[in-house]
Amino acid sequence: MPIRKDSKDRYVEVELRRGEEPLWMRCGACGELVFRRRLRENNYICPRCGAYFFLTAQERIAALVDPDTFQELTLPLESDDPLKFSDRKPYADRLREARESTELSDAVVVGRGKIGGHEVVLAVMDFRFIGGSMGVVVGEQLAHAMEQAAEARIPFVLVVASGGARVQEGVLSLLQMAKTVAARGRLARAGVPYIAVLTYPSTGGVMASIASLADVTLAEQGALIGFAGPRVIQQTTGERLPPGFQRARYALEHGLVDGVVSREGLREELIQVLDVLSGVPHGG
Amino acid sequence: MADERTIRALEEKVAELRRLVEEEGVDLQEELALLEERLQKLQREYYQSLSDWDRVRLARHPERPRGLKLVSQVCDAFYELRGDRMGGDDLALRGGLARLGGQPVGVLFHHRGSTPEEQRACRSGMALPCGYRKAVRIMRVVERLRLPLLTFIDTPGAYPGVQAEEENIAGAIADCIATMLELAVPTVAVILGEGGSGGAIALAAADRVLMLENATYTVISPEGAAAILWKDAAAAPQAAQALGLSAPRLLELGVADEVIPEPLGGAHVDPEGTAQAVREAVLRHLGELQQLPLDERLKLRYSRYRNAGNLGTKAKTG
Ligand SMILES: [Zn+2]
Repeated sequence: MPIRKDSKDRYVEVELRRGEEPLWMRCGACGELVFRRRLRENNYICPRCGAYFFLTAQERIAALVDPDTFQELTLPLESDDPLKFSDRKPYADRLREARESTELSDAVVVGRGKIGGHEVVLAVMDFRFIGGSMGVVVGEQLAHAMEQAAEARIPFVLVVASGGARVQEGVLSLLQMAKTVAARGRLARAGVPYIAVLTYPSTGGVMASIASLADVTLAEQGALIGFAGPRVIQQTTGERLPPGFQRARYALEHGLVDGVVSREGLREELIQVLDVLSGVPHGG
Repeated sequence: MADERTIRALEEKVAELRRLVEEEGVDLQEELALLEERLQKLQREYYQSLSDWDRVRLARHPERPRGLKLVSQVCDAFYELRGDRMGGDDLALRGGLARLGGQPVGVLFHHRGSTPEEQRACRSGMALPCGYRKAVRIMRVVERLRLPLLTFIDTPGAYPGVQAEEENIAGAIADCIATMLELAVPTVAVILGEGGSGGAIALAAADRVLMLENATYTVISPEGAAAILWKDAAAAPQAAQALGLSAPRLLELGVADEVIPEPLGGAHVDPEGTAQAVREAVLRHLGELQQLPLDERLKLRYSRYRNAGNLGTKAKTG
């Protein structure tokens, strides 16, 4: 099947939302100014062209779980800037700004809730926090979340929105790949289902570890899924990238995911998977 | 202050003088001794104050001992296993069966090639999905045969190509990490040259992680970090420093268990001595691991990776 590029295959990068929420937001795909409330009611999908706006972790959680069932389990941790890293700007400043603008401690929110009546442990990454990158805090939160799921014997659902490992924490970020994979090993041995939802973007070290090891892997329409970024591929190999490369449908056609789901349909799709798996893990 | 060019020039002068003394019997012994002494002093100064960027360049040195040749020197015998049994083989990630200190072992290593043709064939050590799948296959073989696994890492990173993406390079690396973490046999990883991001950790989730003195291990190349964070390719030396990618720094951070010393000037000055030092270190760590009961070894490995990086977290302040 040929891959068509259409507006539904696009994600819109919005400015970090900070302070008072703007009344209007501009769609980066078609330029339309959309009334913010209208956008929210429409799952942050542009009513004119259908492009997807990024969701914050809280918005994603609200869109997926049964009302009033979410109980946050995010550990009260933040990065200690272990390398005292500084590029053109100290990492400590980037962290502080990210914390202030997102009101998150780092790039993931973890909790327990119900989806269609099924108990799950849910971890949702937030792209606004330094690109959703995985450093020592994200790695610890994900490992902790999987341990909670293994102990409670309820499915683990991970919504990925991450460009990869966090550069500013060096090899310690790289090691989070091994850490999350180790924790997933325990989850697997407990026979507890793990469902991954790949959104825009699911790339780099996160994709080359925890995000690739689910029992059921769904991609949100328009998701970017891969290891190396398009620019790196072009620079290193000079290859021309095929249309739709690394997008959700492309991933489906190359056997990388089990299904591609629209944003509106994601909750129902998860419920279907959880329904099929009810009673798993056995004795749970 | 010692710099590389002065040292090179002096090295050439010493070599020329030595030739004159030895081959033509010219009486310049005293001058030669003086020059040699000065050269050693300069070398000590220079190589004991290497910047991280100097180390990056040493790790990439074209004559650095690496790949098949080094592994053949470290081990007593090597029998290569080929192919992932799913349609592919990769010359950038190789492995097989070997003997070390009288016992059979499994080995996996990156191969970068020395001639231009060879480097093209193995993409200078950037492995493909089939390479990582072959690695998983070989891990299964060595586990079945209850052989310890040794990995030798030297890669700029996994290959970033369209076909590699279509064949799920990310998933292949993830499977490699997952398989290695759960192997029942002892595992020792040695970072010989470049430990480049995901392509490196795929083979480095071991019981012990050793690094040659001038090897590097990093989440992203200094050039990549410079481009992304400094928006300036020329900032690579600063990026190298900031990333904390050197062996001594990673020993401090508890990422590496031991730094294997290199001769003054780098491993390429004495490839055989380097192989010996690697062999001695690997045998020692392997010996320690083989003393441990299985459950304890697996428990230690799990907690090593489960707690990785926790020193970089703190209780929330706000
Ligand atoms: Zn639009």
